[in-house]
Order: sequence, then C-alpha cells, then structure tokens
Amino acid sequence: MERSREDGPEPPPLPPEEPAAEQRGRAAAMEDCLLKKIEISVSEAEKRTGRNAVNMQETYTAYLIETRAVESQTEGQCSPVDSLWRRYSEFELLRNYLLVTFPHIVVPPLPEKRAEFVWHKLSADNMDPDFVERRRIGLENFLLRVASHPILCQDKIFYSFLTQADSRLKALSATFRVKNPDKRFTELKHYSDELQSVISHLLRVRARVADRLYGVYKVHGNYGRVFSEWSAIEKEMGDGLQSAGHHMDVYSSSIDDILEEEEHYADQLKEYLFYAEALRAVCRKHELMQYDLEMAAQDLTSKKQQCEELATGTVRTFSLKGMTSKLFGQETPEQREAKIKVLEEQIHEGEEQLKSKNLEGRDFVKTAWADIERFKEQKNRDLKEALISYAVMQISMCKKGIQVWTNAKECFSKM
Amino acid sequence: MRHARDSEEAAAALSPSPDLPLPRSIADKDLSLPNGTPVDTSSPASSSSLLNRLQLDDDLDGETRDLFVTVDDPKKHVCTMETYITYRVTTKTTRAEFDLPEYSVRRRYQDFDWLRNKLEESQPTHLIPPLPEKFVMKGVVDRFSEEFVETRRKALDKFLKRIADHPVLSFNEHFNVFLTAKDLNAYKKQGMALLSKMGESVKYVTGGYKLRSRPLEFAAMGEYLDVFALKLGTIDRIAQRIIKEQLEYLVELREYGPVYSTWGGLEVELGEPLEGVSACIGNCCTALEELSEDMTEDFLPVLREYILYSESMKNVLKKRDQVQAEYEAKLEAVALKKEDRPKVPTDVEKCQDRVECFNADLKADMERWQNSKRQDFRQLLMGMADKNIQYYEKCLTAWESIIPLLQDKPETK
Repeated sequence: MERSREDGPEPPPLPPEEPAAEQRGRAAAMEDCLLKKIEISVSEAEKRTGRNAVNMQETYTAYLIETRAVESQTEGQCSPVDSLWRRYSEFELLRNYLLVTFPHIVVPPLPEKRAEFVWHKLSADNMDPDFVERRRIGLENFLLRVASHPILCQDKIFYSFLTQADSRLKALSATFRVKNPDKRFTELKHYSDELQSVISHLLRVRARVADRLYGVYKVHGNYGRVFSEWSAIEKEMGDGLQSAGHHMDVYSSSIDDILEEEEHYADQLKEYLFYAEALRAVCRKHELMQYDLEMAAQDLTSKKQQCEELATGTVRTFSLKGMTSKLFGQETPEQREAKIKVLEEQIHEGEEQLKSKNLEGRDFVKTAWADIERFKEQKNRDLKEALISYAVMQISMCKKGIQVWTNAKECFSKM
Repeated sequence: MRHARDSEEAAAALSPSPDLPLPRSIADKDLSLPNGTPVDTSSPASSSSLLNRLQLDDDLDGETRDLFVTVDDPKKHVCTMETYITYRVTTKTTRAEFDLPEYSVRRRYQDFDWLRNKLEESQPTHLIPPLPEKFVMKGVVDRFSEEFVETRRKALDKFLKRIADHPVLSFNEHFNVFLTAKDLNAYKKQGMALLSKMGESVKYVTGGYKLRSRPLEFAAMGEYLDVFALKLGTIDRIAQRIIKEQLEYLVELREYGPVYSTWGGLEVELGEPLEGVSACIGNCCTALEELSEDMTEDFLPVLREYILYSESMKNVLKKRDQVQAEYEAKLEAVALKKEDRPKVPTDVEKCQDRVECFNADLKADMERWQNSKRQDFRQLLMGMADKNIQYYEKCLTAWESIIPLLQDKPETK
C-alpha cells in the first residue's frame, strides 16, 4: 500500500468499499502486527530537570522505551535491546498525530496527564512515585495497544517514535496544527486546561487544610482529660475546671461533622473538574473537524492543479511521477485523457465533500457554541451556589466555636 | 499596671497609718506566744511573723493598698563588655518606710535575681514569688526580640507586684532599697560583706526529712503540689502541641487562599466572588497568626511561671521540714540525756519557736498562694477562652461579609 507523500499527509487508508481480496489481505495483516516482530516495553522512569519552552527551569519524568527484535526460532541468542528516553508530552504528540492521521480509528488513550486529586495523600503530584509507576505502566500499555492495532502499527512515524531518538514527530506536529482554528475554541481549550489544573490544585490543598484542622480540634480533647484530673485535687476551682473540660470535649468532637459537610463542597468542585474534561473533548472535536476540512480543501486544490497540468502539459510542481514520466517518456494522449477523466471525477466528488464538510463544520460550531454558552451559565450558577454554601459552612463553624469557647469561659469564670 | 483583684480575695496588706507604732516598737514590748513561752524578738523573721499574727484584719480589699509598683519601658544598653536590657521600676506609695512618695529607677534582670536571693535569705519562712527563667539558650531564643522582652517584662512586673502585695515581704529592707536606690550596685557590695543575721544557711533542701509527724496541712500541700505540677506540665505540653498544629494548619491555609485568586483570574463572572473568598481566607490566616502569637506570649509563660512557683513552694515546705527535723532531733537528744532539768533548754526552745513561726508564716503564705493561684488561673483560662472567641469572631466577620458579594447578580451591579 504505497503512497507518495507529495500531497501532504496521507488520506484515510480504508476506502468505503473493499474488494474481498483486500479484506482477506487485511486479516493476514492483523496477524502481521508489529508485536510479532518486536518486543516493546516502557521499562524505567527517571526524574529530570531542564529548561522548558519559556526558558524556565522545570522538573519532569522521562520514560525509557525499550525495543527488541523477537527471535522466533533461535534460542540462546538474545538480540540487542534498543532504547531511548521520552517524556509524557512526546507521547501526547504521537497520539495527536495518530488522531489526525487516522481520524476514523479509535486511537488508544494515554494514561492521565495529571495526578488526580487523592484524599489521603498529602502530596499527590506528578512526581509521586506511585503515580509515576502507574503512568509507566499506562504508557507501556498504550504503545502495546498501538503496536497490536493492524493499521496503526504500520505507521512509520510510530515506528520511528519507538526506535529513533529524533523521530521527526516534533517537526511534523507543526504541520498537524489546524491552520485557521476558530479562536473561541482555542481559548476555550486553554480555559478548560487551566480550569482542570486549578480545581485539582484546590482540591488537593483543601484536603491538606482539612487534615490539619482536624489535628487542631482533636488535640483540644486532651484538655478535657487533664482538666478533669486537675479538678479532682481542687476545692473551689474543681467544678469550673470539670465543666470547662466537658466543653473542650464537645469542641474536639465537633470537627467530624464539620469536615463531613465540607465533603459535599469538594464533590461539587470535582464535578466541574470532570466537566472541564468534557469541555476539552468538544474543543478537540472541533479541531479534528477543522483539520479534516483543511486537509480536504488542500487535497482538492492539489488535484485541480494536477488536472490543469495534465491538460496544459505544463509541470508547475515537482513530483516523482512527473520526473519518471520525463525520464521514461511521455504518456500517450489516451492515457492522459483517462487520467484527466479520473481526476475530474475525483475533483467533483471532492467539491461535494468539501461543501458538506463545510456545512457540517458550521453546524457543529453553531450548536456547540450554543451549548457552551448554556454550560457557562450553568457553571457560574452552580459554582456560586457552591461558594455560598461553603461560606455558610464556615460561618456555622465559627459560630459553633464561639459558642463552645463562651461556655468554657463561663465555666472558667466560676473557678 | 494595677494588679487586678477580686474583692473577695484575701489580700493581706497591713497598712499602718503614721499614727500606729512601727513594727520594731511592737517587738520591744514583752510578748509571749499563745502557749505562754516568751518570744525572742531579736530576729527580723520572728518579728515579722508576729506582725502577721497580730494582723487585725486579713481580708482587706485593694482600696487600702498603699504601695504600687510597675515595671515597664524596657531599654537596650550596648556596652563594650556586654549588651543588656534594663526596665523602669516605678513606685508610688504613702508608706512611712519610704522617704518619697514616688520613685523611678532602672533595673536589669540581674538586679531582680539579686533581690529574690536576698528575700529568700532574709525571709526563709516565706514563699518568694518566682522569676522568669534566667537562662535562655542563645541561638534558640533571641534575648532582644520584642516578644521575649515583653514576656519577661510582664513576668518581672508580676514578680514585684506579688511582693508589694505581701504583708511581710513588702516591708523587707532589701525590697525597699531595690525600689529606691539610685545606685543598687553599691548597696549590693555592702550587703555581701555583712553576715546573714539568721546565722544559718537554709539553702540546701535536697532530700526529704524523717519527721515524727508532719502537720496535716503541710503534708496535704506537698501532695497537692506534686499532682498540680504534673497537671500543669501536661497542660503546657498540650498548649504547645495546639500551637504547633495551628501553625501547620496556617501553612496550608496560606497556600489555599491564593488558589482561589488564581482561579478568579480565569473567570469572568466568578472573578470577584473567587477573589473575595481568597481575601477572606487571608483574613482568617491573619486572625489565626494572632491567636497563636497570643498563646505563645501570654499563655505559656504564665503557665511555666506557676510551675516555678509550685517548685518554690515545695522548697519552702522542705525547708520547714528541715527546721522541724532539727527541732525534733534536738528534743530527742535532750530526752536521751535524761538530765533532770526543770525547764527545756533555751536552744531547744529557740528551735521550737522557729518551727512554730515557720508554720504560721507558711500557712498564711499557702492560703495567700492558693487564692492568688485561683485568681491567676481564672484570669489565664478566661483569657485563653477570650482569645479563641476573638479569633472565631474575626473569621465570622470575614465570611459573613462576603456572602453579599457571592450572592450579587451581575445585573444589579
């Protein structure tokens, strides 16, 4: 299935109708997936520091990809291991490339980008060893899935990702960017990324805050005990101390209910954390549609150009075919006619497709944007409610605190 | 700074008006103890304890006090040899023992320490109030920080006030000199040359003494003090732990608040509400910091002072035991001699007298101590409760004030 690459990225590999022979060929190809030829693993993870795109120092984790040719028959001889280091963002680039190059394929997912908020972990972050380990496994899984996919595994960029340190991916990724994105969607995507990040951070810190507050309240319980013991040796002071101690116990145990209530607030925030993901998906969809549209337009343009060249006999663009025909002789007029006819058909088809794609795109933007506006209103309402209820919780906690300490103060005054 | 007192308090402060004879003239008269034996009035210790027993009214309220002492205005002095802090000691009095009605002198910690030692020497039967700790680890605590100096000043102020309010100690001549002398060092040097009038040192009080029978009130006090000191120690540890936990809570809060602000930067309509929440949390942080500071500066030092105070009291109890033990030993020795004596020998008599004086003095001081302990702890714990109430009130105000901000509809702006 060779294709020349002069027209830009390859069109979808599967035509709508497939002759039976090709179907059988495909089945054979499934047997022939990449995993049959090489072993792939993501074996190690390592902390690195470096400078990022805005020249700021950053810490990140690099993962070691190891590949080894599968020895089918020979034993004893272990083939050498090839390895190279890649970081998560490079995996992301690869996946984006696959998404764009194979838009009709369900591309395997990557493990989560950020350490999700974990309640009991005091420092859940991307450097946490457990998270890194889980990610390593997830990344390996991703590569194995792609490698076992009959179509994806054949991709050369994928292969070079596994085996060549400089895989052209970075260079290519520039061309896979949508040329004329709808600015609103780009902004929205940026917003949803930021929202995810900030809510995750908020939830993590809130959990730590709750943890510490719990400690403060609970230690006060010790006052209850010691006041009680002390009151035993006192005459006039005894009663006051004893009853004050009781209030300290009340204070100490009040934190359990307080924190339980706060969990509802945390849940409300979590919901919008996940909503941000959904928002992102819509932006992604738009991006893909836009990209698809642009590719179709580009394809159409190049076909028109080809047609023109054949019709007029001038060669404006350099192409391998053009060169070979020059070297090995011109085609016959009949051959040329046939080609032109095919191209004209394709151009006509392409124009229809482009029209419908354009309509689809416009429709998508209209509906999507209406829903996004609706979502924004809902989000603002919901989060305001959440903040109000949080403030109310804090107020209640303060009032309880005032009550308890006022009671204790009265007991002390009777000492 | 007046030392606030309850009117119920047994504030024993005898205040002789100029018409009444001075203590020394009382001592010149022929007096005898309740049991009939004549009294040796030559030593200041017994004369002052006599004065105690002749007090007409123990329950005087603060209005009849005639000696007011204040410690304030700390100043740093930098000399070639050392750097130190002095405090201004102001005295206002109508007592005849003082030449002037008002005095203002500057004293450093050394001077207070000297005073305390002198009082312990010259009034061994009385409980001397504690001083704040003498030694502080250089490097751990900044001796010249505002907080440390203020905490010390308060403790020194309390120290002098306790002495000023004591019916016997307040008349001590060393105390008088401390409050009035321009050059205390000259007096100190003079004092070193003279022998202590008591003639015996009761400084070392390690170890218990085997007594035939310890009077109930002293035994009870000893047991009480043991438990009391333990409980105070526990409270000190709990308070420290709470402060530690609060500071760790504060660290997290300081990260928490700004995240709301960052979020607010992303949002349009929610921008102000989120910023409001961030500011609110910031206010709570400030309130919490103040609470922890107050507890560190006001609560813990007073607690520790009482631990020192109860240690002092224990020492005095041991001294009393020692005096009683000596008396009993002498008594035994006489009994063993089996000599036919019509009367008990004078030195034994002296011992007995000493024991009884000591008992009387100490008993009075114990009562005084119990009362001021009750007063002081009442104030201390109420203060602790107050500070916590204030903290919650500040937070309450902060959260209540942002509710309208959160509820605000954009159209109404």
